[in-house]
Amino acid sequence: MAFSPETHAAAAEIIARYPAGRSRSALLPLLHLVQAEQGCVTTEGVSFCADTLGLTQAEVGAVATFYTMYKRRPVGDYLVSVCTNLSCALLGGDEVYARVAERLGIGHDETTPDGSITLEHAECLAACDYAPVMTVNYEFYDQVDPDAAQAIVAGLQAGERPAPTRGGPLCSFAETSRQLAGFADPRPEGVAGPGVGEPSVAGLLLAEAAGWRADQAPAPLVAATAPTAGQGTGPAAPAMAPPAPVAPPAPASVPAPAAPPAAPPAPAPASSERKGN
Amino acid sequence: MPVTPVLTRRWNTPESWTIDTYHRLDGYVALRTALAGDPDDLIKLIKDSGLRGRGGAGFPTGMKWGFIPQGDGRPHYLVINADEGEPGTCKDAPLMKADPHSLVEGIIIAAYAVRASRAFIYLRGELIHAGRRLRAAVAEAYAAGYLGRDILGSGFDLELVVHSGAGAYICGEETALLDSLEGRRGQPRLRPPFPATHGLYASPTVVNNVETIATVPYIVNYGVDWFRTMGRERAPGPKIFSLSGHVTRPGQYEVPMGTTLRELLELAGGVRGGRALKAWTPGGSSTPMLTAEHLDAPLDFEGMQEAGSLLGTAALMIMDDTTDMLRVVRRLTQFYAHESCGKCTPCREGTSWMVKILSRLERGQGDASDVDTLVDACDNIFGRAFCALADGATSPIVSGIKYFRDEFIPVSAVTTKPDPTPGGAAAGDGSPAPTPGAYAGAH
Repeated sequence: MAFSPETHAAAAEIIARYPAGRSRSALLPLLHLVQAEQGCVTTEGVSFCADTLGLTQAEVGAVATFYTMYKRRPVGDYLVSVCTNLSCALLGGDEVYARVAERLGIGHDETTPDGSITLEHAECLAACDYAPVMTVNYEFYDQVDPDAAQAIVAGLQAGERPAPTRGGPLCSFAETSRQLAGFADPRPEGVAGPGVGEPSVAGLLLAEAAGWRADQAPAPLVAATAPTAGQGTGPAAPAMAPPAPVAPPAPASVPAPAAPPAAPPAPAPASSERKGN
Repeated sequence: MPVTPVLTRRWNTPESWTIDTYHRLDGYVALRTALAGDPDDLIKLIKDSGLRGRGGAGFPTGMKWGFIPQGDGRPHYLVINADEGEPGTCKDAPLMKADPHSLVEGIIIAAYAVRASRAFIYLRGELIHAGRRLRAAVAEAYAAGYLGRDILGSGFDLELVVHSGAGAYICGEETALLDSLEGRRGQPRLRPPFPATHGLYASPTVVNNVETIATVPYIVNYGVDWFRTMGRERAPGPKIFSLSGHVTRPGQYEVPMGTTLRELLELAGGVRGGRALKAWTPGGSSTPMLTAEHLDAPLDFEGMQEAGSLLGTAALMIMDDTTDMLRVVRRLTQFYAHESCGKCTPCREGTSWMVKILSRLERGQGDASDVDTLVDACDNIFGRAFCALADGATSPIVSGIKYFRDEFIPVSAVTTKPDPTPGGAAAGDGSPAPTPGAYAGAH
């Protein structure tokens, strides 16, 4: 099939993000775009990128085959990735992978016979504090054990979209790929889906409970109750001469003394309402 | 204060990623201060602060900015390395999700300082949700007049693009990242010339890590003296440490540079189950592992070098006394073999052959000379490739053998364990399927 006028328009929009004469920078997003259209990077997709950017097919192919996220065989609606790198492996990532593979009856980089689910074992997904993790279309399911992981893929097999622990609600691999091409998620709930959970704020929660503050904000900043839009809420001091810190400077040694902050700690903001971050 | 929430302080606030919340919590105040001043003063401020790069190498940020030639008539670029992927490292992803505007504000200030009118965030592709939040934040910043033409009437223009990568650890290496951003395979470049003079599109380019740039607005707001109340003389400031593995409360702990693992473990509830600490990485898998004897070593650049390792990304992977070190090292070596870009022979060939040797040892089929072969191979890989991936690949092996040599020799390597992942120790040799129990006792 030929790519639609809409795809050509999207390609032009992508190219316009980069400086004039530097259209080759659009190649990675364009490859995500053709993958969104066809489920993988096809020969046709390579030709489209090459023609659009004035490159040879060999140049485009060399790039497409370099990166793990570009697939050479069609991906299902859902790409299931199980992290088996160290922090996850220490906590059972290999067992999670084994169970998911067993349940789906497929191995790494394979797709179920009905074409709906693709499995891969992934390298570190930058969520080590939530280990073991798996993702579906790159949305996170945290602290999964084999049973939990099996339930998630069973849900996918049943045509459901189990809610990720963090990330937007599941969408299709094609929709995800379009976002990777740099287009905004059209769903408001996509951006609003949970971003961080308890491990991300583990240290902050301790600090809030103990009243530890490090920012020691000068008065204008602490008092900043109104948006800065408009004028003049910045420090009055000349630029590059930041106001003196409220706290008496401590010797540059560590750890900083556990003395109470010079200013009374601000009330911990809504620590119980982390939902929605 | 044991915990010093600076970059992490907004992460627990409802809708922390929106510009309204950011405005309410001092957001874009530093930008006004910065734009009212001289760019050179900004560079001096960051130099004086002693801020060092948070992406792994610890290079002084102000010095890096100062290397950009000024008045040279060429376009300058600022590129943010958001390709977080070093095993164990998970600090930039939550920052970009919970507080994307702090990164955007830091970018505008840094671009103003180095006179760049275009900036890119090279975001690891898999971080799709961070991408949503960043793109939303960039759109809000444009709408508020913080990006685009004549920002806040200063005459300064800046275009900012979020560019998603496509899955390649090597693109966290700054010159590979630049090649990737130019639409090529992500392979490192020979240096010199350095990116400061020949970076993106062969123009002067600053490449900074997410956490580094997100620190900048705080230094502008609160000053050098405040920044230096935390950390050590040669490594001031707060730093986000990521604890994972066998720890009671894994997570992000923002503490002064130079805090020790003993102190961090205290905050995080200790090693899981009250077990003994066996090994840990100070800064991700590319930094040599340490042991319980290093619990009191200060976690900063110099402190870790003195201990025989590196601070890296401050990603502390904790391994308790049940951990099978041979298996750990084999798994990490597989990672490097998978992620080697193939450009340099010692790295490309060395990593894959070392996987074979480690797998053989793990199956109990090696012999005593294998350990020597591994050490010798590492010696021939370290320092013999274009980039630090190769050096990093030797870290788990050399440090693993240094501290746990007994676990590598065949007599103790007879307990074959399964690895269901492709290319695992059990793959490809026709040996019978081993029994369950990966990473013995780890569950």
